[in-house]
Amino acid sequence: MSTTVAVLRFPGTLDHDSAVRAVEGLGATAVEAWHADAALPAGTDAVLLPGGFSYGDHLRCGAIASRAPIMGAVRRHAEAGGRVVGICNGFQVLCEAGLLPGALRRNSTLSFVCRQMELEVADDETPWTPGLETGAVISIPIKNNEGAWYGDAGTARVVLRYRDNLLGSTDAVAGVANAAGNVMGLMPHPEEACDALLGSTDGQIVLAGLIA
Amino acid sequence: MTQVIVTVMPKQGVLDPQGQAVAGALGQLGFDGVGEVRIGKRIELSIAGDDPAGQARAMCEQLLANALIEDYTVEVGA
Repeated sequence: MSTTVAVLRFPGTLDHDSAVRAVEGLGATAVEAWHADAALPAGTDAVLLPGGFSYGDHLRCGAIASRAPIMGAVRRHAEAGGRVVGICNGFQVLCEAGLLPGALRRNSTLSFVCRQMELEVADDETPWTPGLETGAVISIPIKNNEGAWYGDAGTARVVLRYRDNLLGSTDAVAGVANAAGNVMGLMPHPEEACDALLGSTDGQIVLAGLIA
Repeated sequence: MTQVIVTVMPKQGVLDPQGQAVAGALGQLGFDGVGEVRIGKRIELSIAGDDPAGQARAMCEQLLANALIEDYTVEVGA
């Protein structure tokens, strides 16, 4: 039976269609979960929080979405050991919800940055870089304005680091996991790197972490 | 209803690129005497009940400020 991935949708989410296509490309079933729902769809095995501008990025990116009704269900899923990945705005939501350490701040460039980035695997023991060893390099694009991770890189479980720390992240962090490793967030967009036509299929490596 | 003003500022020591950019622009305009510039936000609330300041502080803890990167102050008006 294929893995069922719930793709969350908040008002202002943009990248759900790309995320659904990427998940289905891995042979999983994608189902949409609406922000106002109190429960994840029946049969949900894993959760994906896609990118965008939930609630217009008002107050702080991800702050209002992190308090949405569906997030209680995501928290329970994560606490039960279920896989959760947050991409870009989804990463901001998971940090604001306290499911991941740190916070995302304005890029030190003070500009929206959209480009392909090289990422180095910093911890090869999480589910999110299957088959890769620490130090391996993958290529995934970023597109964000508030993508500088801020936090304690000494205690956080850093999964991916930028080779070029363009955005000014603490310790060049591109993606972090919770201590158990089942929840991960990253600013780069793996769902936009799942087709050779787009220049890279390395995103499939990260998203394979959703499929147990 | 009591007017409450919440001020949220980036924590000291947390890089404020917005403030730095404004400081640079002010220098270009010839304002030589400007040192550090920091930019935050002011939130005006009107709150009912006995303890508007306590309510506002609880709101800051739960939503209005992110304690990791921001400090807040609560000021009760008329």
